[in-house]
Amino acid sequence: MTQTAVFLTAVRRRIRPSRTLPFLVVGLLLALLLLFFVLPVIWLLLTPSKTAGEVVRDNPLSFGSFHQIGTAWRHLFAFQDGAMTRWLRNSAVYSGGSLILTLAVSVPAGYALALTNFRGRKTLLVITLVTMIMPQATLVLPIFLELNRFHLIGTIWSVILPFSFYPFGVYLVYIYFGSSLPRDLLSAARIDGCTEWQLFSRIALPLAKPVVGLVAFFSFVGNWNNFFLPYLVLPNSEQFPVQVGLNQLLTSTPSFNPVAGAGLNVTIPELALAILIAILPVLVLFVFSQRTLVSGMLAGASKE
Amino acid sequence: MTLLETEPVAVSPVRRGTTPRRTGRGRAGYFFVAGYALLLLAFGVFPTGYAFYLALTNDRGQFTGLNQFVKVVQDYRFAPAFTHMLIYLVMWLVTLVVLVVLTAVVLRSRVRPGTSALFRFLYYIPGALAGVASVLVWLFMLDPDVSPVSWLLTAMGLKTFAAVLAPGNLPLILMLIAFWTGAGGWMVVMYGALNNIPDDVLEAARMDGAGPWRTAWHIQIPMIRQWIVYMTIMAFATGTQLFVEPQLLQTASLGRVSPTWSPNQLAYVYAFQQGDFNGAAAISVVLLAVGLLAAGLLVARSNLFKLDEK
Repeated sequence: MTQTAVFLTAVRRRIRPSRTLPFLVVGLLLALLLLFFVLPVIWLLLTPSKTAGEVVRDNPLSFGSFHQIGTAWRHLFAFQDGAMTRWLRNSAVYSGGSLILTLAVSVPAGYALALTNFRGRKTLLVITLVTMIMPQATLVLPIFLELNRFHLIGTIWSVILPFSFYPFGVYLVYIYFGSSLPRDLLSAARIDGCTEWQLFSRIALPLAKPVVGLVAFFSFVGNWNNFFLPYLVLPNSEQFPVQVGLNQLLTSTPSFNPVAGAGLNVTIPELALAILIAILPVLVLFVFSQRTLVSGMLAGASKE
Repeated sequence: MTLLETEPVAVSPVRRGTTPRRTGRGRAGYFFVAGYALLLLAFGVFPTGYAFYLALTNDRGQFTGLNQFVKVVQDYRFAPAFTHMLIYLVMWLVTLVVLVVLTAVVLRSRVRPGTSALFRFLYYIPGALAGVASVLVWLFMLDPDVSPVSWLLTAMGLKTFAAVLAPGNLPLILMLIAFWTGAGGWMVVMYGALNNIPDDVLEAARMDGAGPWRTAWHIQIPMIRQWIVYMTIMAFATGTQLFVEPQLLQTASLGRVSPTWSPNQLAYVYAFQQGDFNGAAAISVVLLAVGLLAAGLLVARSNLFKLDEK
């Protein structure tokens, strides 16, 4: 084919009439998915504005009143003398504490794996990769027994320490330093008399901001949403994080548990409000870091 | 390149050639990894070893060989739990891969960039609702009394909440929840991967007369295959860990769903209701083996494909 012929074929393809059908299919696919993803969220946002009766009687997608949101709020925070406040505070302590520990150990470790040489480096890297693809929940029971042996069950360390172990974070940092920090830069600084610690803290660390943000985000969200481990190691409602607290709220809701829930003020609107409050920190982080997250993840993944 | 690539980043060969291995740099390396290595031992290596030890002994610490495994496999709840998990995994992985890749391709090639960014964001929002929160939301979505799609449920012959939560529907319900919270994030990742394909490759395909669907099938999808494999591995791993979702659905169904629906729930019952930690460990080891085997196979296969191409 000559250039012109190729061009003409291309033009003909562009204007052929069958384009409307794929367009409809594509539109339908996107619209159905949109409905599937967004409808529950809209329902969730509207429900705290209604009374339990209105939730059942009224149109599911109607708005009740602002006054009712206040009532639901009061009911929710009055539940077991402000258990909701305690749970939120606990979640913040667990996720925040383990976040600090995670960053403090993962960033230097990833740096060392990528840019220094020491005996056992390769072994450490392989074990990290294996633990990364290991189903973590299968280790929750042995971790429980281990913590039990060291008398840590019921303490905040029984949550914070296991949360701080984050091989995926180490791996992200390792890939990042391995692909984007020029080794010449470090050699030059070394010749200028920098110590190894100065190399890390003055040169590598300032350059690692994107990946530190990425690790912090994944670790925080993962820990905030974790249910299984705190559910096992924290026997006392006073210590629950909000995810385990939500479970307790569910078992206290009349619509799901007529016996235990009788006489309590926690109904569907209160539960919906509790869900919204529980996810708020994560949602805010999501909204603010969407762009950085994706570019960071892809930058970390491809190291051509 | 793949995220699971094991090839280490080599230390500058010049340095390595002129200095012995354990220099100041080596000691610095130990210092930097010490904290992580400790946590890795405490919460990665040791629990794995401990699980194996427990699975091979009885409650008095006596070595019992494979007896614990024989015991749990013969438990009448074992086969159903693993069958449930398997049915769920197949449904979930197929739906995830097909719909995520399809949507990402459509958003990349057939929608204007601004619109596509909006869609990606909207699909992404439920990702903030993980674990308990997502299950609660779906309990309401599936309750014909309050659901905004109760007409749809009724049309499908599901008039009461109890009818929706019939045990046979559980894999589908869990799949819906997992897809709702997880798929949006993967769509964004796949879209980013598609974006990384150089324009001239796509231009060349167009010149050769390939339409958008053929371009997708023969060029775009093969070029993001590493990401698809990675997504499958991660989704498989989370799928084997099912605990909170069936546990909550069991609570909400007032006991109609079995409390040992998933293997992890069975392990939980073993440990905390029967006080049999050795049996629980045996189930954990089986799950771990299944997860690692599948991940290993996928990693090996995907690399194999890559070699075939060259």
